Amino acid sequence: MTISKQTTEDAPHRAAAAVQLAVAGLTVSFDGVTAVRNVNLTVHQGEFVALLGPSGCGKSTLLNAIAGLVEPEAGTLRLDGETVVPANGASRLGRVAYMPQRDALLPWRTVLENATLSAEVHRSGRAAALERARELLPRFGLEGFGGHYPAALSGGMRQRAAFLRTVLTDREVLLLDEPFGALDALTRRTMQEWLLDLWNDLGHTILMVTHDVEEALLLADTVAVMTARPGTLKAVAPVELPRPRTADMTADQGFIEQKSQLLALLREELREPGSAP
Amino acid sequence: MIDLARRDAAAVGNRRARQFDVRRLTSWLVPLALLSLTLVIWEAWVRIDDTPAWFMPSPSAVAEELWSSRALLWEHTWTTLQEVLLGYAIALLVGVTTALLIAYSPIAERTIYPLIVASQAIPIIALAPILLIWFGFGMTPKVIVVVLLCYFPIAVNMADGLRAADRDALNLLRSMGASRWQQMRIVRIPSSLPYLISGARIAAAVSVIGAIVGEWVGASSGLGYLMTRAASQFLTARLFATVAISAALGIALFVIVALVGRLLVPWADEGRGAQRVSRD
Ligand SMILES: Nc1ncnc2c1ncn2[C@@H]1O[C@H](COP(=O)(O)OP(=O)(O)OP(=O)(O)O)[C@@H](O)[C@H]1O
Ligand SMILES: [Mg+2]
Repeated sequence: MTISKQTTEDAPHRAAAAVQLAVAGLTVSFDGVTAVRNVNLTVHQGEFVALLGPSGCGKSTLLNAIAGLVEPEAGTLRLDGETVVPANGASRLGRVAYMPQRDALLPWRTVLENATLSAEVHRSGRAAALERARELLPRFGLEGFGGHYPAALSGGMRQRAAFLRTVLTDREVLLLDEPFGALDALTRRTMQEWLLDLWNDLGHTILMVTHDVEEALLLADTVAVMTARPGTLKAVAPVELPRPRTADMTADQGFIEQKSQLLALLREELREPGSAP
Repeated sequence: MIDLARRDAAAVGNRRARQFDVRRLTSWLVPLALLSLTLVIWEAWVRIDDTPAWFMPSPSAVAEELWSSRALLWEHTWTTLQEVLLGYAIALLVGVTTALLIAYSPIAERTIYPLIVASQAIPIIALAPILLIWFGFGMTPKVIVVVLLCYFPIAVNMADGLRAADRDALNLLRSMGASRWQQMRIVRIPSSLPYLISGARIAAAVSVIGAIVGEWVGASSGLGYLMTRAASQFLTARLFATVAISAALGIALFVIVALVGRLLVPWADEGRGAQRVSRD
């Protein structure tokens, strides 16, 4: 597949879109120790939100709570206008597509078998899912590799295979936990541009955890910054950069300004670990 | 323009090329050569020194005995083989079932698992005389010794493997809404297979020992029985022949289990994974 530096159309403007994900007063504790405290976050349909924060502040925990992998101690969570926390009876598992911090590809399954996991779990049209996965292989830079085991793939390919699995989960909301964390700088940049391109085409609502301020600014509509543990949101700011975004923008004045603002916010957290804003 | 697929394909190609090396072959040749050399020296030593045959037969004398007494040897080998295979099969079945139970039920995990681990310290061979009293000179007590010896490595290894499954993968499945059984089938069981196979390999190695020691304690047939009889009559060449056969049995079983293991977990080895033909 090819990645053009200049995407022709602008990313759709999403400010006026409906609220897809609304987190209010969310608190998560493990054995009495608070990991995430009183988080309020709204994500609109088709919006790309980047979640920044120091290590161990509870970014993964927040994602896990939204996905339904851990139960919050307090707070509400609304998905597509429906309140799912506090639980309304049915489990909220399976409502969003979740990509764990590491790729979590099953080493005994080929790329295609990994990618179609969701259809297998839901016993819903495995053949159709395989068909779609095959069609999407080139778009994910995996053409000719559908029958390969993950061990035979490069780091970038593995990550794209995990993305394919996430996209084929067929949910509007994607929760991505540091998808590029394990990649080298060059592959990372290529993958960021690739993801922008993909998101432009597919229009998912994305909440993505990252450590990398540049990555957040390059990709997201909105950046949310968390405090050190117990993590809460200390700032939610729109990214003031035009789309389409390119890697060249990292040298722009506006980019540098926003980057230093965010870095300053993060640095405060490193200086006083555990303190409230 | 960056062609992702082509760049990555080149990386994979390099990796695949690396696996055609001669190390695999030499890894077999060197020990084989060493073994042959030992046999040659042994043969020469016995001939030059004129060692009495009842004390130390030459390799050729043992080979001669293997051939001339083949009917007798086969009869007793068959008894031992039956004990080993039957015991091994039962241990595999019961061991895997126990492991699945432990992984599926937290109560079983808290009650059975510590017991199994602790009981590994019991010298099971010491039970053979008791089993002889209870079950007599037939095959039953030997099969039981083999089952007991093989059961623990299989059950404990597989249980550990089921528990060691990748948490991220399990979380991923849960996030998709997978049931407990689906998590078991899709993640836990496959990731336990390498553990199961290493347990099964250990079991293969000890199974022949179990049957033979069981036969030493009291039997009317089997390689262990033939060994004690040959030893008491100073039929040393025959004794060596039975030792050679039991060694061959143990090695054959071990190799078979290792080969089945490779078939079951082709992903355990990166090179083999890359070889699988693309099906898309
Ligand atoms: N299942 C759990 N049981 C107990 N404590 C947990 C659990 N999961 C997370 N924690 C704790 O909660 C805190 C937040 O962890 P979390 O993984 O969410 O941080 P993170 O921001 O994602 O960190 P990183 O950037 O290193 O990935 C940590 O102190 C961690 O030890
Ligand atoms: Mg994390």
